[in-house]
Amino acid sequence: MLTENRALVETINRRTVLRGAISLGALTMLTGCDVSEEDSVQKALRAVSAWNDGVQETIFRPNHLARTFSPSEVVKPPRFNAYYSVDDVKPVDGATWQLELAGRIDDKRPWTAQQIYQLPEQEIIIRHICVEGWDYIGQWSGPNLRSFLQRVGADLTAKYVYFICADDYTESIDMATALHPQTILATKYGRDIIADPFGYPLRLRTSTKLGYKNAKWIKAIEVTNDWSETYWSKRGFNWFAGI
Amino acid sequence: MQTGGTHRNTGGVAGPPVSGKSSMSSQIVTSIPRNERLLHPLPLRITHWINAVAIFIMIGSGWKIYNDDAIFGFLHFPDAVVIGKWAQYGLQWHFFGMWIFVLNGIAYLCYGIASGRFRQKLFPISVREIFLTIGEALRFRLSHDDLTHYNAVQKILYLGVMLIGILIVISGLALWKPVQFSELADLFGNFQTIRLVHFLCMSAIVAFIVVHVTLALLVPKSLLAMLTGGPVVGGGQTAGTAVPEIKATH
Repeated sequence: MLTENRALVETINRRTVLRGAISLGALTMLTGCDVSEEDSVQKALRAVSAWNDGVQETIFRPNHLARTFSPSEVVKPPRFNAYYSVDDVKPVDGATWQLELAGRIDDKRPWTAQQIYQLPEQEIIIRHICVEGWDYIGQWSGPNLRSFLQRVGADLTAKYVYFICADDYTESIDMATALHPQTILATKYGRDIIADPFGYPLRLRTSTKLGYKNAKWIKAIEVTNDWSETYWSKRGFNWFAGI
Repeated sequence: MQTGGTHRNTGGVAGPPVSGKSSMSSQIVTSIPRNERLLHPLPLRITHWINAVAIFIMIGSGWKIYNDDAIFGFLHFPDAVVIGKWAQYGLQWHFFGMWIFVLNGIAYLCYGIASGRFRQKLFPISVREIFLTIGEALRFRLSHDDLTHYNAVQKILYLGVMLIGILIVISGLALWKPVQFSELADLFGNFQTIRLVHFLCMSAIVAFIVVHVTLALLVPKSLLAMLTGGPVVGGGQTAGTAVPEIKATH
């Protein structure tokens, strides 16, 4: 093939290759100088990401259960994830901690940790999937979020449930996910009280969202119809983040 | 090979049938061939180049996403070749590019099947022809004079990369929605297996691109044909006159 085309290769190709090299160089520069960080490109990509939120909402199956696992598959301790390192975790004082309620909720009286421990518990052994690509099997228990929202008289027709955390982290989920049978307010891991790095005393665990949607060290829950940015969505991560 | 360049039908659709009236001389009739079209009809060229852009976005952003949690400790893609400075930008590009890749891919496959192109160009693949082609390739005697005929190795590569393209979408859907599409995810086993399959599909596509682009640059007229449409060919059959046609026997 080479011999047959030698003439062509030597005449035309020199120019083609040169032009190809220049285009390749241009493409490299395109990625190298981060056209993706330009405002207009970011705007367009975020619009697509918002469109993808809607697509995910549409394909969400409200009663479809994620696979559950046996206790022997549980990884202990769980894998740490936050926007800072494990050494920078500021433990929450469970004795003074209170869960505050806000928004479209009838009974907004705050909850102490002891009061929450009195509620019926649900245990789920589910896969945690991080947006980075790693995963592990975890065993979580605590009150079911739907039951809790019903108990405090939340408006279950509202659109979003917001979580405000002790480390100034914020997250929110759509109501369909909040009402999913495998969405709980976890107080225990492996049947023991959750350790500080993993969200003591209260965190969210849902089987249908990526790891970062599972707010830890929750100090307030708000039920609302108004969408606002959360910690990671503000930084360009997909808001719905369903799995 | 037909050369009636003035009667090109770039749409790839069969031209209007010549009037049934037989008063025209036979010479005129033969100079207006039926079913005349280009080697690479316009819909094929458009979807090919859109796919090239989509694949570029998907691979570059996929490498960025991979870097956040490498499957192989020794493999980390340099910043210069990834798309997106931060993980979230890589993810944004990937979940934007997926729409182009999938929608364009569906259009390409539908066109290839409906137009009969895949059937004409990629089938049949005979075992004898595969060995013959490999033998010719090893002796550097492969002929590319006739762009309209694909040798057995080309047929397998094109067919193979299409199947891998389908598998990378299926594994991608399973990665994106392992719970909503649990039926799909269960086909692969655990989550890390899906990641590995998705990664291996990418590797195969990258290998294909290296071979494909190298050969296109070595035989520039093939690259040109994907831009201009190439020679005019009959609609019904491949017009292989330069290469002795190897008839498939089984």
